[in-house]
Amino acid sequence: MSAFSAIGEETDKDQNEFTPGLEPQPTWCPGCGDFGVLKALKGAAAELGLSPDEMLLCTGIGCSGKLNSYFESYGFHTIHGRSLPIARAAKLANPGLTVVAAGGDGDGYGIGGNHFMHSARENHDMTYIVFNNEIFGLTKGQTSPTSPKGHKSKTQPHGSAKEPLRPLSLSLTSGASYIARTAAVNPNQAKEIIVEAIEHDGFSHIDFLTQCPTWNKDARQYVPYIDIQDSDDYDFDNTDRREASEMMAETEDALHEGTVLTGRYYVDSERPSYGQEKRTIGEMPEEPLAERYFDDDYEWERSYDMFLDKHR
Amino acid sequence: MTDDELIWRIAGGSGDGIASTSQNFAKALMRSGLHVFTHRHYPSRIRGGHTYTEIRASADEVESRGDGYNFLLTLGDSFARNPSENAYYGDEEQKPLYENLDELREGGVMVIDSGLVDTEVVEDFDERVEENDWHVYEFDLRSLAREHGREVMRNTAGVGVTCALAGIERSWIKELMEEAMPEKILEPNLEILDEAYEMAMDVEHTHDVQVPEGEHDEEQVLLSGSDAIAYGAIDEGCRFIAGYPMTPWTEVFTIMSQNLPELGGISEQVEDEIAAAALALGASHAGVKAMSGSSGGGFALMSEPLGLAEMTETPVVFVEAMRAGPSTGMPTKPEQGDLEHVLYTSQGDSNRVVFAPSTVSEAYTQTRKAFELAYEYQIPAIVIYDQKLGGELVNVPASHFDEEPNADLGSTLTEAEIADAPHDASGKFNRFRYDGEKGVSPRSVPGQKGGRFLATGNEHMPAGHISEDPENRVFQMDRRMERVENIRADLDGMGTSHQTPHGVSDAEYGILTWGSNQGTVFEAVDRLNDDGYAVKALSVSDMMPYPTEEVQAFIESVDEVLVVEMNASAQFRGLTQKELGRYGEKLSSLLKYNGNPFEPAEIVEGFVTSIVENDTLPGTETKFVPAAGD
Ligand SMILES: Cc1ncc(C[n+]2csc(CCOP(=O)(O)OP(=O)(O)O)c2C)c(N)n1
Ligand code: SF4
Repeated sequence: MSAFSAIGEETDKDQNEFTPGLEPQPTWCPGCGDFGVLKALKGAAAELGLSPDEMLLCTGIGCSGKLNSYFESYGFHTIHGRSLPIARAAKLANPGLTVVAAGGDGDGYGIGGNHFMHSARENHDMTYIVFNNEIFGLTKGQTSPTSPKGHKSKTQPHGSAKEPLRPLSLSLTSGASYIARTAAVNPNQAKEIIVEAIEHDGFSHIDFLTQCPTWNKDARQYVPYIDIQDSDDYDFDNTDRREASEMMAETEDALHEGTVLTGRYYVDSERPSYGQEKRTIGEMPEEPLAERYFDDDYEWERSYDMFLDKHR
Repeated sequence: MTDDELIWRIAGGSGDGIASTSQNFAKALMRSGLHVFTHRHYPSRIRGGHTYTEIRASADEVESRGDGYNFLLTLGDSFARNPSENAYYGDEEQKPLYENLDELREGGVMVIDSGLVDTEVVEDFDERVEENDWHVYEFDLRSLAREHGREVMRNTAGVGVTCALAGIERSWIKELMEEAMPEKILEPNLEILDEAYEMAMDVEHTHDVQVPEGEHDEEQVLLSGSDAIAYGAIDEGCRFIAGYPMTPWTEVFTIMSQNLPELGGISEQVEDEIAAAALALGASHAGVKAMSGSSGGGFALMSEPLGLAEMTETPVVFVEAMRAGPSTGMPTKPEQGDLEHVLYTSQGDSNRVVFAPSTVSEAYTQTRKAFELAYEYQIPAIVIYDQKLGGELVNVPASHFDEEPNADLGSTLTEAEIADAPHDASGKFNRFRYDGEKGVSPRSVPGQKGGRFLATGNEHMPAGHISEDPENRVFQMDRRMERVENIRADLDGMGTSHQTPHGVSDAEYGILTWGSNQGTVFEAVDRLNDDGYAVKALSVSDMMPYPTEEVQAFIESVDEVLVVEMNASAQFRGLTQKELGRYGEKLSSLLKYNGNPFEPAEIVEGFVTSIVENDTLPGTETKFVPAAGD
């Protein structure tokens, strides 16, 4: 029998499975977009029939990073910007786990930008949700990498001189194989997208527009969004890299002009995940490495038998 | 120490194959029954630049590079294409000759490749030769190599000449060449070896330096500190490594990366050291024995994940390979300047294990111990060592590695055990219980049924929920810190101390040292005792938890203590005074931080001049810092 019997165990389609039985109630501000992500994630996990014990939710630091305090599963609330490398390794160590990483735009596109680029490039089989509220929430309202040019905050009193980062385009050039944007104002679409992202075998990046009513009242995240998949105006092939790229550019421009476009922008189901690539070249075991530590019959090799000959 | 020893120095240009040639040569000497010790000196350059390797071989055990050497093979730097007197790096082509003369012992042998090296560059060459009774043999090794193969094969020619002059059996070298070289280059190399040998036999031998004869009573293997650390990790069940290259840590990283896939393990070269450390945490969290590491600058980046490992009680092993700092410092030169960095880096009160192995064999045992404690106590353990230990090749009995593997995850529960363990009302497993025995609260890993919990770098309740409750904070803090005391008690109770004593028991003076200086200090202590001083040494390898009792007993047993270490701020002496809370007036320091490790004679001189004679040290190579109140 597997040492990880929670993996593959189906649960009822009930999102209460993913609600901590005993409090804690979320400490987010009333009206915060983060509630939308929590709701969508619970809904998606339930719909997928996952068991809370087979999920690992790794978060960074920020209001967004508290997500796993309010979501019932294995959790690793890591450090600012570092959820991805931790999540990646857990997935490599035990590919049976459903691994989701989450954090804010400061966390994911700022301090953790390097990890974002490389995790996408390597196409790890995991889902990455970035709570994009265009602001630093937890540290009380500083300008973030996605804040629009001219954005004023206590640390940028003259208004930011920087162009905002374009997460969708960055994700595509970095190599993510599933890229979508959704918004807290529509938990239904968000849930569907998270379901798809988790099912996708590769690095799924969701730029999740969330609102921060406390520090960022001007953000466009409040306005009604347009679902590009449901709109005849935006018919394009999201398996075509070039078309996806153009659509992303349009979306990212439109956001700064006040129109919020959401949906799946890029889906590459052909490209093998990183774990698969590593297995193919013989750099990763077929069986989950973590299993071996619980297998009493496994014969562990030692240096004396393996390597000492070349030193004699 | 014995006079009956060969210390062979091969000097040339970096990239000319000095390292591989000397490695084979050392192995040949080991196979002949001798004890060997190698010392590597190389510049932070890829091609060209003065480099040398010393091999000390004796019938008795050798633990250090010794003082100077008695056989020099100087090859010339073939990559120094633009020799100019005013060149920034000096006259590279000729450096292998004149840079190496100062330490050649009286009566020593010098073999010069006259094809590349010109003795004219040393103005007073003939006078020095006469003064020191050196025996100089010039051969055009370069032309010989060219004739039969390629110019780089002059290494082999040099080895052939050495065999002839030092009385070394050629078959030992041939055997190794046959094992190591592909058919195509083996032929010409064998020809070169023989021809050079004959050539050197044909000239008159005026010297009396010869290789000693020896015999091992059990089978030996030749390996470096980096090999030993990698094998220790593998034997302890480590199957996951993540890293980013940085000299000299790259050696361990490379050995692991080359071997883990064959063992069904995983190696990841990632975007930076923050990621590397974080990956090790992620893999360990998921139930795998994992490690990462770096050298000073890279380890600085690992500071935050290290703290996260402490707070989340995630077992992990990091190695820190010291090189001269601050900042990027001197990438290929040894120093022991990162001790405080490793002990105290990261925010909050540190709760971690830090080991500083002293020898190649200890590098193996302490790496294993580091993993065992990390997983048993759910605490990060760090193995800190320097570029000297990482790179030096020594012979170790093969039986030292003949130990059972241990892949036990320590205090990690099975699903059946989780089912019996306490959970909180939400159904979460109480991962961070207050009442964990010895401060250790057994863990579950993701995917195990009923084991879910939240790991967080914030202060947290037993099931992992964030909390700033003062009472919980104190409980959790005390529990985490308590583990370090229990680890000390465990180590003390095992009867196998990593603190190594040496010298006479009723000594008047003590020398305290740590890490890779051990062999050099012990050799110095022997000489001091031969010279009539009563001296003993203690080499300390456990840095945290500190072996308070052992060190205190040592200090109490002598009148005065000299602390020997390779840094400028006496970090280990500071640690000792902090841990023992006293002895400021009893401990003085002998420091070296010029990029070269100590030689035994420097310690003898430092001791006699500073401690016995209360005089000032003449040179600038080492520095004496007196005790407080002196
Ligand atoms: C290394 C480090 N730098 C800075 C901080 C302080 N810090 C905590 S949260 C945060 C920003 C959070 O912003 P974002 O990632 O956008 O998340 P949000 O709070 O908006 O959800 C910062 C700078 C930290 N915890 N660690
Ligand atoms: S500060 Fe902003 S992001 Fe944070 S909880 Fe409040 S509304 Fe949400």
